[in-house]
Amino acid sequence: MIARRAFGVIGLGALTLSLAACDGPQSALSPGGRDADVLASLFWIMLIGAVAIWLLINGLFFFLTRIRPRAMPRRAAEALIIGGGIVFPTIVVAGLLTYGLSIMPDQRAVGKGTRIEVVGEQWWWRVHYWPEGADEPIVAANEIRLPAGTRSEITLKAARVIHSFWIPGLGGKTDMIPGRVNRMSLEPTETGTYRGQCAEFCGDSHALMALNAVVLRPESFDAWLGRIARPAGPPETELARKGAAVFLSEGCGACHAIRGTAAAGRLGPDLTHLASRTSLAAGILDMTPEALAAWITDPDAIKPGARMPGYDHLAQAEMTALVAYLEGLE
Amino acid sequence: MTTTDFTPDPARISAVPDQDRWPEGIYPPTEEMLAEPVDPELCKAQEARLREVWADPKGWRYWSAVNNSEVGKWYCLMAFGYMLAAGVLALLMRVQLAVPDNDFLSADRFNQFFTMHGSAMMFLFAVPMFEAISILILPAFLGARDMPFPRLSAYGFWCFVIGGVFVFGSIFFDSAPKSGWFMYPPLSMLDGGIGADIWLLGLSFIEVASIAAAVELIVGVIKCRPPGMRINLMPLYAWYVLVVGGMILFAFPPLIAGDLLFEMQRSFDWPFFDPARGGDPMLWQHLFWIFGHPEVYIIFLPSIAIAAMVVPTAAQIPIWGYSWIVLSAVGTGFLSFGLWAHHMFATGLPAMSLGFFSAASEAVVIPTGVQLFAFMATLMVGRVTMLLPMLWIAGGVAIFTAGGLTGVMVALAPFDWQVHDSYFIVAHLHYTIFGGMIFPVVAGIYYFYPFFTKKKMSEKLGRISFWLTFTGFNICFFPMHLTGLKGMPRRVFTYPGDIGWDWLNAISTFGAFVTAAGILVFAWDLLRPKGKQPLTERNPWNAGTLEWSHDVPEEFWGVRSVPHITSRYPLWQQPKLLERMDAGRYYLADAEFGHRETLITTAIDARPQHIARVTGPAWCTIWAAIFTGGAFIFPTFHLYAPALISGALALACIIWWLWTSTAQHPEVVKKDVGLGLKLPIYVSGSAAPGWWGMFITMLGDMTAFASLVFGVFFYWTARPDFPPAAAAHATLPWVYAAVICYTLAWAATWAARNVNCAGNAARAFQGLVAAVVLTIAGAGSLFWALWGAGMDPTEHVYPAIMWVLVVWVLAHSLAGLVMLGFCIAGSIFGRLTPRYDADLWNVTLFWHFLALTAFVTCTMVGAVPRLM
Repeated sequence: MIARRAFGVIGLGALTLSLAACDGPQSALSPGGRDADVLASLFWIMLIGAVAIWLLINGLFFFLTRIRPRAMPRRAAEALIIGGGIVFPTIVVAGLLTYGLSIMPDQRAVGKGTRIEVVGEQWWWRVHYWPEGADEPIVAANEIRLPAGTRSEITLKAARVIHSFWIPGLGGKTDMIPGRVNRMSLEPTETGTYRGQCAEFCGDSHALMALNAVVLRPESFDAWLGRIARPAGPPETELARKGAAVFLSEGCGACHAIRGTAAAGRLGPDLTHLASRTSLAAGILDMTPEALAAWITDPDAIKPGARMPGYDHLAQAEMTALVAYLEGLE
Repeated sequence: MTTTDFTPDPARISAVPDQDRWPEGIYPPTEEMLAEPVDPELCKAQEARLREVWADPKGWRYWSAVNNSEVGKWYCLMAFGYMLAAGVLALLMRVQLAVPDNDFLSADRFNQFFTMHGSAMMFLFAVPMFEAISILILPAFLGARDMPFPRLSAYGFWCFVIGGVFVFGSIFFDSAPKSGWFMYPPLSMLDGGIGADIWLLGLSFIEVASIAAAVELIVGVIKCRPPGMRINLMPLYAWYVLVVGGMILFAFPPLIAGDLLFEMQRSFDWPFFDPARGGDPMLWQHLFWIFGHPEVYIIFLPSIAIAAMVVPTAAQIPIWGYSWIVLSAVGTGFLSFGLWAHHMFATGLPAMSLGFFSAASEAVVIPTGVQLFAFMATLMVGRVTMLLPMLWIAGGVAIFTAGGLTGVMVALAPFDWQVHDSYFIVAHLHYTIFGGMIFPVVAGIYYFYPFFTKKKMSEKLGRISFWLTFTGFNICFFPMHLTGLKGMPRRVFTYPGDIGWDWLNAISTFGAFVTAAGILVFAWDLLRPKGKQPLTERNPWNAGTLEWSHDVPEEFWGVRSVPHITSRYPLWQQPKLLERMDAGRYYLADAEFGHRETLITTAIDARPQHIARVTGPAWCTIWAAIFTGGAFIFPTFHLYAPALISGALALACIIWWLWTSTAQHPEVVKKDVGLGLKLPIYVSGSAAPGWWGMFITMLGDMTAFASLVFGVFFYWTARPDFPPAAAAHATLPWVYAAVICYTLAWAATWAARNVNCAGNAARAFQGLVAAVVLTIAGAGSLFWALWGAGMDPTEHVYPAIMWVLVVWVLAHSLAGLVMLGFCIAGSIFGRLTPRYDADLWNVTLFWHFLALTAFVTCTMVGAVPRLM
């Protein structure tokens, strides 16, 4: 009795532990969207089936090779081949296909509201929001925000090489292929931040190409979209004004755009609302002044192969000013 | 007493008396004939002669050996060596991933390592290992003395050594390929170094060697079986060789075609994968996976074949469900070509394709299940002893079934969207490959080791190695399922510490080292000197198949005499077989003319057909391999002149080898092979293994060509601008001229064969010369049809793919010309006569395929684009 209770406690503990082990900001098993939820359920069902079948086959193998006292009749052998090799798998696979494929159309259903276009770059994400009826996109980078409770349409492209757009907590992945336009859609159900990462090998810093997907309540999403549609406000402090001058004199504007200033480069990420993002350098650094300074000083040390040159020649004061300016781009 | 009733081929009008070409005498042998004793003196003399003929060369000349027992052994060890090397790369990667944000390996080096790990395991271990083991043991399964083309095996082996060292060696110069073993463009196209070229050219070179070995294995199974071993009596291993050989033949060529397109873009800027000029990176993915998925079964089925040999021995009864297994193996082979797109579920394929490929992928469960359950049924009916090899098989089953079940999961497109390219897939694929390949192969090595070396491996070390490998493997790869589901993508050189992947990765790294310890124990057991150990008994496992009739101590002649087989397990079911084989009672017990000979039988019923004289030790195979290597390796460094010279020298070596040692005129028309049967020594046409070799090679060649043609239609369906509206097309009159010239050249070759057969050698000579002139005219017309029209292959993918088809035809025309030249020279020097016409038969066969290639190309170039 005690033993049984002990087993029960251990079992329950193990279960809780293993469920806790499945959590994580990038886990497909702690879903925050309809697609990921359906797929997680599919996984748990398949897992139970797989464990049962595995035990059956290997139990039988063990029995036949280790336990069985004497040879068995030939008719049983024939039945095993036909039953185990043909009848059983046909039924299981047919059932699985019926269920598994039936969930597919929903996963790729057409979204409504603001369409989000994501372009894979080496190694960051160009993001364009296309509100319904808009002629021009709202440009952002390295983070996407989605309204909860709505299925949003996502258009996927790539600049030079193939990438794959994947936010496990919200749904499956779709490749971004140069010369092609792919589409997918996501329907987040719970607000929060979900980490995503490029899933197709895309060169040196493939490992360092991540992004956060921030799911907001619909009204917050609309308000936020309205905010980032606006150009950057003027620098507010003296230090920030100095930083803005450094930004322009160092030629940062050749690659980066800050709407509302002379900087209109298209090669690198748009920085108009840089400081409002949850992370830096495509999901790999926290948005802190120190991280920003480290990045500007030597991007290649943080992200091998990154195109951005290092600005280690900037004086301490210039760097502080520059960082202050960028940190002010809310 | 039955006499043979070999009927002459009525379609063949021949000047040569038919009785010269056909066997005569008694077949099959009767019990009285077999029971007749052999004179022991004669037997001794025969043994001495056989021993001398089959002896390995001594000293440094040892490396010129070509017989299957030597080449097979080197091949196995070399493949095993590459496996250990690729395993070391895996360990280094696991060290890098043991903790988050590690800097043990740089991103660049990590990317080189994982690319090389995958490429080497696939191209330098898994496929070659199958071919190596098969070369080593297939003749013994079939009671043959050797493979049909020993020098081809040797050539393939040396190509493998050179190509492998070249590809793997690049890792030491920090210039290895680093775009993944799948080499997806555009990434691999943008790789500025020579890594991608090393991959493309080096591995193409090895693929050619793999295809050569596959051709030889297929011919071996079809033509080198012992008399009486009808196709339904073959050991299951031979069936699997046939299926897998066929798969290699049809799976590798699409990749070679893809490599060709790829290298043309890298070296000459032909824009096959460049979207800006009409290309499409997806074509590579299709071609790669049309190869890549069958590849999975190419490495899995041979291991099942090993299990199919071990299981009946462990159960001490014949395999249960032989026909089921054969059907399933063939079924798996066919199905595997219809699954490739499941590697591309996330690329945005239409829902229809996703559904189809999901269903097809799931369907593979059925033939796989049948094979597995047939083994279980055998164990059920028999009385099982848990031999050491069976332990490894059992471990393999436990691991493989887990991998198979996750395979069922990922075959479902929507679920694959989540786990594709994540660590879940890393776990899945290693479960299938370790369980479906490594464990059965190790089982096979333990099982066949006494056959290979006449010594035994240690039972104790075997068990230690098993438990280390088995537990280590699971510690390493089981957590990866979870790592993947928690979102960790594959092929990342580092990861952050705060998302719950750190402890899982630490466990995996620990497991990797335990696995490595297990493999090391095995390697030590395999390679440790066993000089003092006594020789093994002849049939240590009491198995029933023919390979255990081997001689202890070792003799190089393969079998003392080629037996007459009437059962699937001759050592169990034909009681006096062994003693009669040893006495030289059966066929071909002597080598009185001092040549290496093996028996050729008919494809289905295995009736004796003729004696094939196989080639002996030679250096020209090594030189041919070295120069072929040069032809592939120099272009890596854009050294095209040395490459051409090297290619010409390779060709010269091969011509020398064919001229001096294949299809020689024998000193007698027929030889008495014993048991009242006389067999011809020289045959031509479809009775000769060389004809089969050509036929099978050309099937592979046509597959590569078909892949290029597929490319045209792919661009047409995938790209709206194919062909561009304003594009220049090939000039029609020149295309017509090419069609006419190739038709006439083909007809002239064919006619030459027929009139030569009818005895008119002079007229045949004229036909051959005419064929040469017409081929040159045809090739020139085809070239001018595009060149004259000003089609620039760098401008757009349309002219580029048209040029590739034409280049393909031109290259084959060159080969056709060389062959015609070979026949013309043969005719001049008396090598090719109405009686000895095997070369001309084979060349005509090549020409059938060349003509087809040329016609299809002319249609593709001249007509199809105008209709699109």
